[in-house]
Formats: sequence, C-alpha cells, structure tokens
Amino acid sequence: MVTRKSVPEIALEGVGKRFRDGAVALDGISLNVERGEFVTFLGPSGCGKSTLLKLVSGLSPASVGTVEVNGITPKNAREMMSFIFQDATLLPWRTVEENVGLEMELEHAAREVRQERVAKMLEVVGLGHVANRYPRQLSGGMKMRASIARALVTRPRILLMDEPFAALDEMTRDRMNEELLRLYGEQKWTVLFVTHSVAEAVFLSTRIVILAAHPGRVAHEMEVELPWPRTAETRETPAFDAQVAQASRLLRGVYQA
Amino acid sequence: MRRNGLLVMNSVIVLACLLGLWQAVISLNHIKPYILPGPLAVARAVHDRFPSLMSSLMITTEEAAGGLAASIVVGVAVALIFAQFQWVRKLVYPYTILLQTVPILAIAPLIINWIGAGILAVTMVTFIICLAPIIANTTQGLVSVDENFVHLFLMYKATPAQVLLKLRLPNALPNLFTGVRISAGISVIGALTGELFAGSPQVGRGGLGYAITYANNQMETAYMFALVFAATMLGFGFFFIVMFLEWLALHNWHESKRPQTAE
Repeated sequence: MVTRKSVPEIALEGVGKRFRDGAVALDGISLNVERGEFVTFLGPSGCGKSTLLKLVSGLSPASVGTVEVNGITPKNAREMMSFIFQDATLLPWRTVEENVGLEMELEHAAREVRQERVAKMLEVVGLGHVANRYPRQLSGGMKMRASIARALVTRPRILLMDEPFAALDEMTRDRMNEELLRLYGEQKWTVLFVTHSVAEAVFLSTRIVILAAHPGRVAHEMEVELPWPRTAETRETPAFDAQVAQASRLLRGVYQA
Repeated sequence: MRRNGLLVMNSVIVLACLLGLWQAVISLNHIKPYILPGPLAVARAVHDRFPSLMSSLMITTEEAAGGLAASIVVGVAVALIFAQFQWVRKLVYPYTILLQTVPILAIAPLIINWIGAGILAVTMVTFIICLAPIIANTTQGLVSVDENFVHLFLMYKATPAQVLLKLRLPNALPNLFTGVRISAGISVIGALTGELFAGSPQVGRGGLGYAITYANNQMETAYMFALVFAATMLGFGFFFIVMFLEWLALHNWHESKRPQTAE
C-alpha cells in the first residue's frame, strides 16, 4: 500500500498511443509530475505533444500503459483539471460572462455563487469591463484571457494548456506569460503546457520535456534553473539566455535525428 | 440613414417611371385589357375585388404558413433524432434527399386523391416541399460542432441533454434559419401549386392559386395580375419576417450579422 504522499500528481507508465490508422503517436512514455510543477513539452510536429495532454485529460484513451491523475483514472479526475485549447474555444452565442460561468451552470451551481465567482475571476484577468460582450467583439488576447478565466473559475488543481498563446503576437504572448506566472505563484496549480516556443518554455517552466517524433517519445528532460518569481526582466538576464541556448541545443538534436 | 433614404427615394422613382411607361405603351397602342392590362386597370381590379382578393390571400397565407410551421416542427424533430442517433441518420438520411427531388407538380394530385381537395390538402403539399431544406440544414448545424467544444463539454462532464441543448442546438440556429429562409420562399409556391389542383370546390372560397385559375378562365386578366401581385407580396412578406426573426436571434453574436469590432 502506497501512502498518500507518494502519489504523484500525474503519473504516466509505459504509455503508448496508436491511432486507428496504425500510426504510432506515442511510445513508451514514462513520466511523473509532482504537485506544483510547471512542465512544458517541446518537440517537432508529430511528436504527440497534444496527444499527451488528451491522454492526461482522459479525452483520448491510452493504447497501452497507465495514466493516473492523483492516483485515479483521468476520467474520474476531470473535476480537478481544466483544459485550455489552442484557440479560445468560446461559445460565440454566449457573452464572456456566460462563457466563463458555463461549467458552473452545467453543474447547477447557485446563480449568486456563480455570478460572484465569475465576476471576481474576470477582474483577475482584466476583463471586468467586457463581461457582457460577445466573443467576436474581443481581440485575440482578450479571448484567450476569457478562456483562461473560464479554466480557472472552477479552481482546478491541474491545468492542461495546448499551445494556448500560439495565435497571439509576441508582445501579447509575453504579457500573457507574465500574468500566467503571477497567477501560478498565487494558486500553485500543476501545469502541463505545450508550445513550439523555446523562450516561452524556458520562461514558464520548472521542467522542460523534449519529445522526439515518429514515434513520439521522451528524448530529453531539463530542469529550468531560473529564480522565482520570474518577471519581464527575467528575460533580459544572461541566465535566461543560457537556458534558452541549452534547450535549443537539445531540441536541435531531436530535429536532426 | 441619409444614404438609405436616398436609395429608397431613387427606387420609388424608378418604379414610378416603369409603371408610367407600362401605362403609356398600353394606352398608345390600344392593347386590349384582357391581353395585357395597364397598371391603372390592375389598380381598379384590386379596388373593385378587394374583399375576394383579401379572402384568397388569407387562405393562401394560412396554407403556406401552416405548411411551413409544420415543416419546421417536424424538420427540427427529425434533425434532432438524426443528430442523436447516427445509425438512424445513416439509414434514413438518403431518403430526405429523395424528398427534396420529388416533383411537387406530380405529387400534388396524389395527395388530393388521398385526403380530398381543400385547405388541408394544400397545407400538406406545402409541408412536403418545405420539409427537406429544414431537415438538411438543421442536421448539418447539429452535427458540425467544433471538436474542441465537444471536448470542453466532455471535460465538464455535461449530460447528453446538456450537450444537445447548450451546444448542438445553439450551434445549429444559423443553419436552421437558412433552412427556414429557403422553405419560406418555396412555401408560397407549394401553396399555389396545391391550389392550382385543388384550391376549393366552392367558388370564392379558394386561395390565390385557385383564384388565378378561375380568373384566367374568365379572361379577367387585370384581376389575375392583382392576384399574382398579391402572391408575390406574400412570398416577400414571409421572407421579410424570417429575415427579421433571424436578425433578432443572431445579430448579437453571429459573424454574418455585424462586422467584427475588436479593440
């Protein structure tokens, strides 16, 4: 019998994923993520980064191996997880407020509780003034903020983020990264994050996992040696550059292979 | 606003010119009114026969609106079943395309044979030709939901009923309106076609289609023009009402209804 303390937040053991057409997306992935870690997956297209998040969220079953979240199956652990998609995925017929409150609405949470928590969360992400707007009236950055507010309003322990800022311009992306880390510092989730940007991965993560493609497998792991809290100034330090250089080097090896 | 006003005024001027030209050609060439009546003769026919014109218009409106309403109710219900049960869709959907290709002219006499001439038969004909566009468009909207939305609802542990009511149905609303717009246009055609075969056995109690046949037999060409005009207005009215409802339902959020206003 294992004690409660030894159960990792997310545990993958010999996980493989084969699609119906026979393509092997992931092969032999074993990975433990401890509570409070910010783990980013980097790798070429086709390395199964997104598939990995789908497995952890239970949206897609593993073909072989086991995936456990807090010691239970992903499907049963959904309540403690929030998924943030590459595009904001806001329902266009709902206002920002109604989008953010959707999950609580589906769970039949009391209206007053819902409205209060939604309003508070919109303030946190700086969208209080557009609560009653529809998604198409928002800029890309604002949509993503709304999407993040929606993910956070149910107070998840685990965030799964699939290239959430890929569609944003660089300045907006940097600012969103800083805000994400500020919230991470306050709320201490465990995060699995997928990106193509090495700088983003270094800035955000406690650990970077570099995947190789065909089939998708873990090629390297790298602890990010940067002090907390990280701010915009962190990007201007030599230590940051050194970490980016190191991650890039590892990634280059994967692309050449 | 000023631009719109100007546009309306110009359209009215164009219309007045056309009517004037029409009347002038008739008057100058002494064309017989039963061959081609002038606008004045048509106006007189409208004035003189106003009660029977209105009564015909009301009957056709009733049939077209009834058939359309029934097709919306049944069409949406069928689409919901198609969306929930894929095997039913695969099995039955091809036949809805068949429904669309049934020539209404051929099937109208059959229906009259079965349920007897009258308003019910004509409503039935209208219902049949209105049904396919509603089913096809609504089904399309119900099943073509962005995969990420489906995943989102899965993460939220939404019940199948919640997925249907809060995701698939609102997603299908624009498609439903497309279908209704198409069907609203053809509902008037359906009603008129039905009436050509079976308007009503009693004189003066038939809809526009019946009255058109009758006026044609009596060589009341001016009144025929009035009836055609009324039928056109009816179709236009339907279209306008549907457009308005569509605007009401979608203008807040749908991309097609207003330019994006990012800041």
